[in-house]
Amino acid sequence: MIEIHNIHKSFGDLKVLDGISGVFETGKTNLLLGASGTGKSVLLKCIVGLVKPDIGSVTFDGTYFTNNKLGIRQEIRRKIGMLFQSSALFDSMNVEENVAFPLKMLTPDMPKSERLDRVNFCLKRVGLENSNKKMPSEISGGMKKRVGIARAIAPECTYLFCDEPNSGLDPLTALKIDELIKEITEEFNTTTIIVTHDMNSVIEIGDNIMFLYKGKKLWEGTRDNIMETEVPELNEFIFANRLMRDAKKVEEGEEGSHHSS
Amino acid sequence: MLEHFGKYLLFMSSLFTRSESPRIIFNRTIDEAILIGINSIFIVAIVSTFIGAVTCVQVAYNLNNALIPRSTIGFMVREMTILELAPTITSIVLAGKVGSSIAGGLGTMQITEQVDALEVMGINSSSYLVLPKVIAALFMFPLLVIISMFLSIGGGFVAGTLSGALTSQEYITGIREDFIPYNIVFALIKSIVFAFLISSISSFRGYFTSGGALEVGAASTTAVTNGVIAVLIADFILAQLLL
Repeated sequence: MIEIHNIHKSFGDLKVLDGISGVFETGKTNLLLGASGTGKSVLLKCIVGLVKPDIGSVTFDGTYFTNNKLGIRQEIRRKIGMLFQSSALFDSMNVEENVAFPLKMLTPDMPKSERLDRVNFCLKRVGLENSNKKMPSEISGGMKKRVGIARAIAPECTYLFCDEPNSGLDPLTALKIDELIKEITEEFNTTTIIVTHDMNSVIEIGDNIMFLYKGKKLWEGTRDNIMETEVPELNEFIFANRLMRDAKKVEEGEEGSHHSS
Repeated sequence: MLEHFGKYLLFMSSLFTRSESPRIIFNRTIDEAILIGINSIFIVAIVSTFIGAVTCVQVAYNLNNALIPRSTIGFMVREMTILELAPTITSIVLAGKVGSSIAGGLGTMQITEQVDALEVMGINSSSYLVLPKVIAALFMFPLLVIISMFLSIGGGFVAGTLSGALTSQEYITGIREDFIPYNIVFALIKSIVFAFLISSISSFRGYFTSGGALEVGAASTTAVTNGVIAVLIADFILAQLLL
């Protein structure tokens, strides 16, 4: 379980996060939902320690993280797996080396054969059995996300963070990635936090949802009660998402009819 | 300016805090040594040979006094090569080749979140990525400068004898004349200082890149410019202090 308390963050005069608190449960997919520029990614970076909050604290399973001793923060970080928006695979390494990298660094005493078994298990788990020797430049966006997930879970992480995991993917691949994250969360019992602006993800995998608007938490709930919300900003967001989806469907339909004619 | 310098000093100190294990740093240093050193031999060889050749021909052109022995040409090529051309020109060439490669590589890693990925894994990204580059440069630059010295003097020999400016015997007599071993030490000290400046400045510029591809290009350019200026200033200071 991850708890955040009263997180504030500004960049110069620009206030990005304004007193956000909340709890992210273990074994659940916790979504940070909001439009672009609402501070979702900054909040995620504050939680993992890539950005230091001006005020506020983050606690991982009862252990204070934000300004704790370096050793304790390092210890917690070694339990974190993260899937980045751009996948952030190391260009100079092939798929197998990318997944093996955290194992090599975090558990240097692990025998090579055991490490390779773990890499193969993770790649198989994300559906990439035969791509070990491919370079990141040789695989598709969806495959990169899968490798990113495999790398995140390789050291048996306790906390899984995903920054817009389905951005830049077609709807079907996005759905598959969402489902994969959901399955992994349940299988490995991780505390998973996903940053998204996609209502499809909310409907498919959102156990707990926190809606951010202009750096503030405006709503918190589950996918079952999000449609009953009376928060106007969230209603507007849901409506805009629905319009976008309908427009996409029309576009795809038109393209389909063009192709068939 | 002062703020940048302070940031640079903090960056350099971060290389040594919570550093990775010596084995990891050693393996990474070997990889970087290949990239910085071995892959630069060709360009250093070409530049050095031609600079030696041109130096010999131009000195011969200006030394047409019958009272000055022709062996002086060899002597001057040796002195200019060891004291200035080999360490400084080689370093300037490397500032372009290695400096831009370091800044571009780190900048790309930064904007594609690869540096963040390392940090999230609990790895000190600056130590893991930059320290091996600096160590590799400190070892490889002096070796490249030694190669440059040999090739430059050799280039002078070939150009001088083929053009008929002097005989091979005269050239060899010249390069053996009044040899001061300390000059070699001075050149190697210079190359170590230049190696540190180029690798650390390029890393600093690359590591703090933000934005996109345009900024990566700008970081590479700035790294080369700053590296060359730093080399020239250090060259002057070292000449004042050590000669």
